Amino acid sequence: MTTNHIQKPAIHVQGLEKSYKELEVLRGVDFDVARGSIFALLGSNGAGKTTIVNILSTLLRADAGTASVNGFDVATKAADVRESISLTGQFAAVDEILSGRENLVLVARLRHLKDPGAIADGLLDRFALTEAAARRVSTYSGGMRRRLDIAMSLIGNPPVIFLDEPTTGLDPQARIEVWQAVRELAENGTTVLLTTQYLDEAEQLADRIAILHGGRTIVNGTLTELKQLLPPATVEYVEKQPTLEDVFLAIVGADRKEGDAGNDRKCNTDE
Amino acid sequence: MTKHFLGDTAVLLGRSLRHITRSMDTIITTTIMPIAFMLLFVYVFGGAIDSGSDSYVNYLLPGILLITIASGISYTAFRLFLDMKSGIFERFQSMPIARSSVLWAHVLTSLVANLISLVVVVLVALLMGFRSGAGVPAWLAVAGILILFTLALTWIAVIAGLSAKSVDGASAFSYPIIFLPFISSAFVPTDTMPGPVCAFAEHQPVTSIVNAIRDLFTQRPVGTDIWIALAWCVGILIVAYIFAMVTYRRRIS
Repeated sequence: MTTNHIQKPAIHVQGLEKSYKELEVLRGVDFDVARGSIFALLGSNGAGKTTIVNILSTLLRADAGTASVNGFDVATKAADVRESISLTGQFAAVDEILSGRENLVLVARLRHLKDPGAIADGLLDRFALTEAAARRVSTYSGGMRRRLDIAMSLIGNPPVIFLDEPTTGLDPQARIEVWQAVRELAENGTTVLLTTQYLDEAEQLADRIAILHGGRTIVNGTLTELKQLLPPATVEYVEKQPTLEDVFLAIVGADRKEGDAGNDRKCNTDE
Repeated sequence: MTKHFLGDTAVLLGRSLRHITRSMDTIITTTIMPIAFMLLFVYVFGGAIDSGSDSYVNYLLPGILLITIASGISYTAFRLFLDMKSGIFERFQSMPIARSSVLWAHVLTSLVANLISLVVVVLVALLMGFRSGAGVPAWLAVAGILILFTLALTWIAVIAGLSAKSVDGASAFSYPIIFLPFISSAFVPTDTMPGPVCAFAEHQPVTSIVNAIRDLFTQRPVGTDIWIALAWCVGILIVAYIFAMVTYRRRIS
């Protein structure tokens, strides 16, 4: 992370191609992600979002094109790339048999950090998991698991974080908690590449949005730029009905606001 | 990244060992089948089998130990498969660690788990009347052969764990290996078997390994069997390791 890397974009992708046997998944993907920004890759299932994330996190090799993360080429400087990133995969990659705290300590030790216990305790506190710290992860709710998963990705403060569909399968409350965590990351200068199939998620979080379709990034811009691609808005008067999400959050939000007390209590009885 | 290999392997080994100590049932179920075979053969069939040995449990134990290992390694494939499936394998692979330490941690865990199972089976055999006058060097030699055999089969399990598409597939590969001792000198002397079966039994790895361990236990001079046994173990180990590495590279690139 020398100064000449700071000038370059955090992620640079050009002409990326990848096929699985006959199936062409990526057919020339280009995009740049500026440092400290949140970039959303939007696409339907099977559009190739995970393939891009896997190439960028050195789990998969591209057939053609170049990609660099934090100034390091993913093909030739894979080890440096791995020093610079954290991957939060599509399914919360946590160890179910270990406790939440043990999961965090494990990652801290694998990142060769000093005082893994203190790092774990700090993150448990930050993600409201202190009460559940000593419990096996198999007793956690989906939202708690995802929070732990993201907490594990923050260990060692990597400058670039990949979040592959971080809110798929979460309830609305847990989704908002994840969004909050992602916003805090960007505020602290971390670059976030986020994939999602939810349009509102990209709208809520991302500084820039790219839409992946047919193996290419067909649009790439800020939300405002993307909106300008549509015909100008017409003014209509419509009675604003609360959405089901508004109703859900209004009803359950009240008693879940106090930390995750509701969530934890439910799991305690499960044990 | 190789400078961290030992440290990373130790950390990941600690993780998988916790899996084992928190689910001791995997050790128990590993030992149930070999112990059941041992009871069945000693107390049901044993009286009618002319093994040429004064104590059938003494004759039987070496083969039972190999069956214990064969059933134990299916858990190695199972644990590796679960890591692949849950995404934690990818998490480790995307971290700045010595990548191969993920596999080595599983291999060493397999060794520890199998050694525990073997001790349990030997203790049960002692209760059933197994006795050996073998001294420390002979026991160490037996342990050495069993460790080598475990490592060889563990790398086969790694191939299965990495390439399986389902949980069943990850453990099914061990069935033929569990069956192999039945067509060997493990339960009965091979000379009563019909020609082709006898030829197969005489030239498959289990027979030489069983004979070598049996000779060590009964303090008979070990003949060429021990060298054939070691050659089989090392040969299987090398071939399985190479194929496991090929499978592994295919999975991570």
